[in-house]
Amino acid sequence: MRRGGRSPTFLFSCLCFGFAFLYVPILVMIAYSFNDSRLVSVWTGFSLRWYGALWENEQIIDAAGLSLRIAFVSATLATALGTLAALAITRMGRFRGRTLFSGMLAAPLVMPEVITGLSLLMLFVSLEGMVGWPSGRGADTITIAHITFSMAYVAVVVQARLTAMDRALEEAAMDLGCRPMGVTFDIILPLIAPAMLSGWLLAFTLSLDDLVIASFVSGPESSTLPMVIYSKVRLGITPDVNALAAVIVAIVGIGVAVAGWLMARMARAGRLD
Amino acid sequence: MTARLRRVRVSPGAKLGRKSPAQRKAAALRRPERLWRRTVAGVPYLWLLVFFLAPFAIVMRISFADPLIGQPPFTPLYDETQGIQLTADNYRFLTEDDLYWVSYLKSLRIAGVATLLCLLIGYPMAYGIARARTVWRNVLLLLVILPFWTSFLLRVYAWMGMLSGQGVVNKALLALGLVDQPVQILYTDLAVYLGIVYTYLPFMILPLYATLERLDDDLLDAAADLGGRPRQAFLDITLPLSVPGVVAGSMLVFIPALGEFVIPSLLGGLDTLMIGRTLYDEFFVNRDWPLASAVASVLVLILVVPIVIFQRFSQPDRETVR
Repeated sequence: MRRGGRSPTFLFSCLCFGFAFLYVPILVMIAYSFNDSRLVSVWTGFSLRWYGALWENEQIIDAAGLSLRIAFVSATLATALGTLAALAITRMGRFRGRTLFSGMLAAPLVMPEVITGLSLLMLFVSLEGMVGWPSGRGADTITIAHITFSMAYVAVVVQARLTAMDRALEEAAMDLGCRPMGVTFDIILPLIAPAMLSGWLLAFTLSLDDLVIASFVSGPESSTLPMVIYSKVRLGITPDVNALAAVIVAIVGIGVAVAGWLMARMARAGRLD
Repeated sequence: MTARLRRVRVSPGAKLGRKSPAQRKAAALRRPERLWRRTVAGVPYLWLLVFFLAPFAIVMRISFADPLIGQPPFTPLYDETQGIQLTADNYRFLTEDDLYWVSYLKSLRIAGVATLLCLLIGYPMAYGIARARTVWRNVLLLLVILPFWTSFLLRVYAWMGMLSGQGVVNKALLALGLVDQPVQILYTDLAVYLGIVYTYLPFMILPLYATLERLDDDLLDAAADLGGRPRQAFLDITLPLSVPGVVAGSMLVFIPALGEFVIPSLLGGLDTLMIGRTLYDEFFVNRDWPLASAVASVLVLILVVPIVIFQRFSQPDRETVR
């Protein structure tokens, strides 16, 4: 405890309560994925049958494949656009329409999904009527929608890094005659690479997780994983979704551990904070 | 849209409209730089204009159209025989039908109360993390962020299992002897409150932690040296200095919670009318695009003020706390 802290026991119990609140439901959900019974909340014995059922469910496997493809493409493009946006905000000084730009960059962070989804669908329908593109809706329109809202998250992460960064290196390079483009590629990009990686991971999970926006802008033949899950759980709890949840939590856990290790290594190598 | 270029010193030759060879060389060198600067700001700017701002304009415009059976299912803005067609019928309908009033008010109440609950739970947690030893701080912070990385939909689903008739919560209540028979929690407003607080708590803790962590210890030491009690120091120093975090966190919870769809539709009852759910049904069940657009337009108008507040308090270049 540092000086000036309030009663440690009070804070400690708050933390315990808070973390229990955050983690107990997830743990209970995973525990019941090993339950033999079809009735989710009655424990009858240990079993892996729901994992087997999950593996044989082609609808879920196909949807997961589609979601992963969309997430990969949208996260990559969102990282590119979000990084450019963060550079524009932090390194380009004042330019015409900067206020509108930063407003448009912050708004998707909080905009309710129903509004983003509805408005993007209206855009796609209008565009199709006017210029014939996009013809119909599907993976492409979902990807565009996901890029739009996740680039804002990437921009926040990268912007935080760019503002916290020591600018001495950039200034030194400028003094030595390096042009802004050279500074960006040779100095800024290597330094913000860890932030770009965490931005990419964030965009990837956001895309993988999105139900509402995808429901609006998808076509009849493109159901993403959350859409399939939602149609299953809307009517109640089903054990194979518990198994799916356990798989996802396991993947996320491994992913976060690997990403943390990678970033720690990059930080050591690049003498970052 | 384009980045304004640094002003170049004007030489006598340039004033006459002629360029010296050196200037021409400099201009040629600058061209890729200018292109680069334009790309950096221009590409994301254009993307947001087309895919974020323009859609709002279209939604506003469709909210003034009449529904139509066909594709697209609304009347065009301009008709060769009738000229420009605009109707305020959708908005009139919004004010006349109780469903929408109830939905908007209930959403405001649920989002407001849930935000307060998040603040009450999140503030001590953020404070506890900020005061913890450095080694522990990163671990605790990671524990806050970790649920955020797992699926939002599945975390809401986890509460369906917890709150059901034979779920863990009811079993615990029965075991403790607090109730005689399982109580109905799932499909009530209470479940919606729980779901929102649960899924949005990390959004409250992170900005709070960010301001509390930067708090200067010297201020608290000074207060202690001057005879201030810890309680008084907290109220006079810590609390006022953490206001930016409180505002940013509250907006991060309040605004998306206001339009929340998944939580009320999975955890709420039929009477848990939140505006996001009403809009979704208007669109997918009733297929009334113009009315759904009007509902969305009003929601955007309601959100303008909180979004402006959020933006002012979340800009990293406008730091109020050192």
